[in-house]
Amino acid sequence: MKTGKLEKKDLLWIGLIGILAVLPLVPGLIGNTFRAHVLILILLYASMAQSWNIVSGYAGQVSFGHSVFFGIGAYGAGMAVVTYGLTPWPGLLAGAVLAALVSLLISYPCFKLKGHYFAIATFAIVEIFNRLFMVWDWVGGALGLDYPILPDGWKNFVWSETKVGFYYGALVLFILIFGIVRWIETHRLGYYLRAVREGQETAESLGVNSSAVKLSAMAFSAFLAALCGGFFVQYNYRVDPPMVMSLDMSMKFVLITILGGVGSFWGPLLGAAILIPLQEYSRAYLTALGSGVDLIIFGIIIMLMMIKQPKGIVGILQDLGIGQRKKEGEGN
Amino acid sequence: MSTFAQVLLDGLLAGMLYALVAAGLSLIWGVMDVINFAHGEFLMVAMYMSYWLGFLAHVDPIVSWIASGAFVFILGVLTYRFLVSRCIGKAAMAPLLATFGLSMFLKNLCLNRFSPNFRILQSTLLEGKKILLGNIVIGMPQLVTGIFSLLLLFALYFLMKKTRLGWAIQATAMDREAAELMGINTDRIYLLVFGLGGACVGIAGGLLTSYLAVHPEVGSLFGLIAFLIVALGGFGSIPGALAAAVIIGLVEALAGFYIAPVFKYVAVFAIYLAVIMVRPKGLFGW
Repeated sequence: MKTGKLEKKDLLWIGLIGILAVLPLVPGLIGNTFRAHVLILILLYASMAQSWNIVSGYAGQVSFGHSVFFGIGAYGAGMAVVTYGLTPWPGLLAGAVLAALVSLLISYPCFKLKGHYFAIATFAIVEIFNRLFMVWDWVGGALGLDYPILPDGWKNFVWSETKVGFYYGALVLFILIFGIVRWIETHRLGYYLRAVREGQETAESLGVNSSAVKLSAMAFSAFLAALCGGFFVQYNYRVDPPMVMSLDMSMKFVLITILGGVGSFWGPLLGAAILIPLQEYSRAYLTALGSGVDLIIFGIIIMLMMIKQPKGIVGILQDLGIGQRKKEGEGN
Repeated sequence: MSTFAQVLLDGLLAGMLYALVAAGLSLIWGVMDVINFAHGEFLMVAMYMSYWLGFLAHVDPIVSWIASGAFVFILGVLTYRFLVSRCIGKAAMAPLLATFGLSMFLKNLCLNRFSPNFRILQSTLLEGKKILLGNIVIGMPQLVTGIFSLLLLFALYFLMKKTRLGWAIQATAMDREAAELMGINTDRIYLLVFGLGGACVGIAGGLLTSYLAVHPEVGSLFGLIAFLIVALGGFGSIPGALAAAVIIGLVEALAGFYIAPVFKYVAVFAIYLAVIMVRPKGLFGW
């Protein structure tokens, strides 16, 4: 084991968390600023992308259905607060467990499909969930759920004065999800996942139970995506089906990871750190050019990246000789 | 009874149009193993083309489909030359994501230029014309579009099965290297296939304007339905696309009428999932 490399990586990781944790202590940096909003979104989208990375990056099962799990988590927290007048916490947990169960129910038959067929089946599932939630009165239908005004604090997980609370919430989510992936990467499950990605038959011939490995990766991934959904609904104070359960939301999981570097530990963070500020600042400052400019730019970047370096930013860094690692853990 | 026949007929006509939209996607997918994610947006672009020709130059959709088809043919050729050919073979998902980027670009460019408003072409040649068969009403625009789609589909099938070009395309689809050794310029074939796929959806979009409003999001649903049809029919198979499109059209119409309009796409996607679980490569797939 290349212990030297691993220690270096861990140092980078611990240093990054340390810097992120003390950022709000710098006066005027976080507060209730637009900058804080962008930082929170970077942490959130990096976490979402990393949760997707578990099943689609490391295990190679490209899912376009993650907005379903994200949405179930969002509705879990939203319904606990709006429908039942509780704190979001029990709803968050229930939503995440439910998302993991739903992911198993969906994946068990779908994992039989290969390549594009699997991808299209996951599209269909997103559309089914979207349309059912649109007409399902119990979850608020097309109108969605609007939050009442609640006292600030960790109990309700809402803050109106400053964004510091949300920032720390997003940071906890980020550390949790990246920490879990770090753990998976260095333990047996991570090796199994990559073995299944590189060659399912070969992995099976060596005694890896590939369907159990894929299903557990999917359940982990869905559980964590649902936690992100819970955060998202708290941060937006409302939820409706197009916000959370849509193909566009599913594509965000995919695009951020792919642009950062699929199947690599830092890819989701790099992708979010570049795309989210670009999206938010162009949306804020290019409004004079009319609507949709941010997404036009987004589209151009995706096209250029796929032409120049489909391995994403991690691939560009490797071309430049930065962060060169041994073959393991690298996707393609 | 006549209600049932009416619903079936509506579903059938919708299915025939879907078949033409899906045939373009199926061709590209079957020959190149590339999903053109911008397929729905090609349809939208064709509809805008036809709408503006009708609105500004008073060209009826019954004629302007030629221009729409030609325009999207060129768009397809350019997409292949400058986008798809440069990311084929690099990573499995690269062409899919690159064309997704293109779809975002096209959709939002149209949103930015033409606003999100729904635009419907007024006073076209076929507008309001109907055929009455007892209690069954057949709208002329739908009928002409459906039959025309079917004819084009036959022409495409003939092209693929009976001409040297079609054989070359089939050979390229089976084994690119072997086809190259036989003297087929496979890069040229890919270019042409992308153009032909574009032309199919371009013509479909041009005809659609005679009864459907155009807006920047119009392509998304058509694109998604085309994916389902191709996967349901088995990729690369034109008869498969036709059969699957008719099934999808009928399910959509029946579920929309007998269950509830909001459930029509739920039923469509559920049928797709049910079939794909039994036949993972589609009805006509191999």
